[in-house]
Amino acid sequence: MLEAISQNRFAVVAVILFGIGLLNMMLQQNLLKKVIGFSIMDSAVFLLLASLGYIEGHGAPIVEEGNVNASLYINPIPSGLVLTGIVVSISVTAFSLALIQRIYRHYGTIELTELLERAKKEED
Amino acid sequence: MRPLYENLPFICMFIAIVCGVLSAVIRDGQKAYRLALTMTAAIAVLSAILLYCLYTENVSFVYSMGRFAAPYGNAIKAGPLQALMATAFAIVMGLSLLGGGQSLFHDILPEKQGLYFVMTDLLLAGLLALVYTNDMFTGYVFIEITTIAACALVMAKDTGPNLIATIRYLFMSLLGSGLFLIGLTLLNSITGYLLMEPLAKAVAILAELGQYHRPLIVSIGLMVVGLGIKGAMFPFHLWLPDAHGGATTSSSAILSGLVLKGYIMLLITLMTRVFGLELTREVGVSNILLTLGLLGMIFGSLAAMREYHVKRMLANSSVAQIGYIFMGLGLGTEAGIAAACFHILVHATCKPLLFICAGRLSTVSGHHRSLKNLRGSAYRDVAAGVGFTVGALSMIGIPLLGGFVSKLYLSEAALDSPFMAVVLLTIAASTVLNALYYVPAILAIWVRPPWEEARIILLDVKPEETRFDRLFFFAAAVFICLIFLLGIVYHPILNIIRVGIQLM
Repeated sequence: MLEAISQNRFAVVAVILFGIGLLNMMLQQNLLKKVIGFSIMDSAVFLLLASLGYIEGHGAPIVEEGNVNASLYINPIPSGLVLTGIVVSISVTAFSLALIQRIYRHYGTIELTELLERAKKEED
Repeated sequence: MRPLYENLPFICMFIAIVCGVLSAVIRDGQKAYRLALTMTAAIAVLSAILLYCLYTENVSFVYSMGRFAAPYGNAIKAGPLQALMATAFAIVMGLSLLGGGQSLFHDILPEKQGLYFVMTDLLLAGLLALVYTNDMFTGYVFIEITTIAACALVMAKDTGPNLIATIRYLFMSLLGSGLFLIGLTLLNSITGYLLMEPLAKAVAILAELGQYHRPLIVSIGLMVVGLGIKGAMFPFHLWLPDAHGGATTSSSAILSGLVLKGYIMLLITLMTRVFGLELTREVGVSNILLTLGLLGMIFGSLAAMREYHVKRMLANSSVAQIGYIFMGLGLGTEAGIAAACFHILVHATCKPLLFICAGRLSTVSGHHRSLKNLRGSAYRDVAAGVGFTVGALSMIGIPLLGGFVSKLYLSEAALDSPFMAVVLLTIAASTVLNALYYVPAILAIWVRPPWEEARIILLDVKPEETRFDRLFFFAAAVFICLIFLLGIVYHPILNIIRVGIQLM
């Protein structure tokens, strides 16, 4: 049992982090905390991806001229995915932060329950 | 030498992205509007040519992007079904922009109008990529691009409730794409591929040997739920009514008619090309889709019945109609998926028509939105009244209109299912429920209110807004023709869909 956990320590940590992020995103009422939850969730996925491509003792896949030996390098594809994922995550975070700022200027609060009440009143 | 038409899918996406960038440079609303319309027309024509070539030759092809060959590179795959959807998406996008043009320029601040079209152009690029992609990770990236563009369309109106609806939509979407991403990661870790064909082979081998059974089920479940959240599957639809109902008319039409469908098309691709229908049935995903689809059909309609705000009523009705699509997918047979694809087309024509007509009716009634204040509004713009009536009757399922055919084929597909009785009863119940809120809405717009009440409303109406709107008339007329086309000459269209599913 313990051995299995220590072998899969990255996966275990990633799942715990994913759970923390997911719950924060679902249950927090503060919009900023929701964004933080989302960031944690995405980081967990990136940790999992990066650890999946890592092979103990192998180096970064930078190929030198005339020296192509696949057994020296880690698997580069997950690392590439992590990079793309980080770009996506950053742009989404920036977008939501801008949106939250706009909401704050409009209503003066970023608590979701309060905002929903205010919006309902505004419509009636 | 490979045929020239194989370049068309890539060219379509490229045109859409370039137009998006150009609109950001132009910044002038009217010019960007014309550019967006020209772009959708060009993409519709190119996709129709592609559809014709692929259907007559009965082929699908893989087009690799970049220098790396399979199984590592990136690729798109197009068959008749993909070409059909791309054509439909481009046409509906163009007509929604045409039909909602007037309220679009009324609702959005002048300096932001150019940027609105950046988002519509990128949205179309994202939708095309979701339809054509043959690579899971590209699928994920374009899910996010589509999400951001769709959120920007919701918030374009820039009122308080709108911003709140956007942030709720955004968080729900991020949850969906987060689940999709971790499902994708798990699948990649047990198979080692991202390109769909090698992935499908690896999944089939794993399923046959019974290896990694649990991770496989978990990853399939996460991806389906992730796409389900984005596609407004019951019970993950709570963000939809405010987001779709509160946005400006064109946005509502595009969001309800197209954006949901992009994610569902990706789900269909996953189910048929990657996992295979047999595996989805075996692990129980089909039954979950079926159950949630049936619940959505009932509860979406019940929510719509309680609504007095016309656009939110239409948005709630979308939940019910999306339920039909998920129900078709949940049958887990090719007939079910074909019927679901046909319903995608039907809903993609009816709902934008309803939204642009509702938008026009509320424009000629002094921007009132509740059904009570829209009484008799059909006489102020007869085209909008007729369009609303045709769309609503099609959603109820009256023969000669598209909605009838898709219900017919969904029921026919259900005959082979072990849950035949439940499915047929739910379709019947849902049809009655649809009628229960669409018929009063039709009556409301055609029955003249007492004169004093009408006068109060007419006080809010500006004379220049009741002027005949040529572009709206054209868009509504084309939508009505398309609905009749889907309802009368459905055979060739279903044939294309069936061939397309075979060639997935």
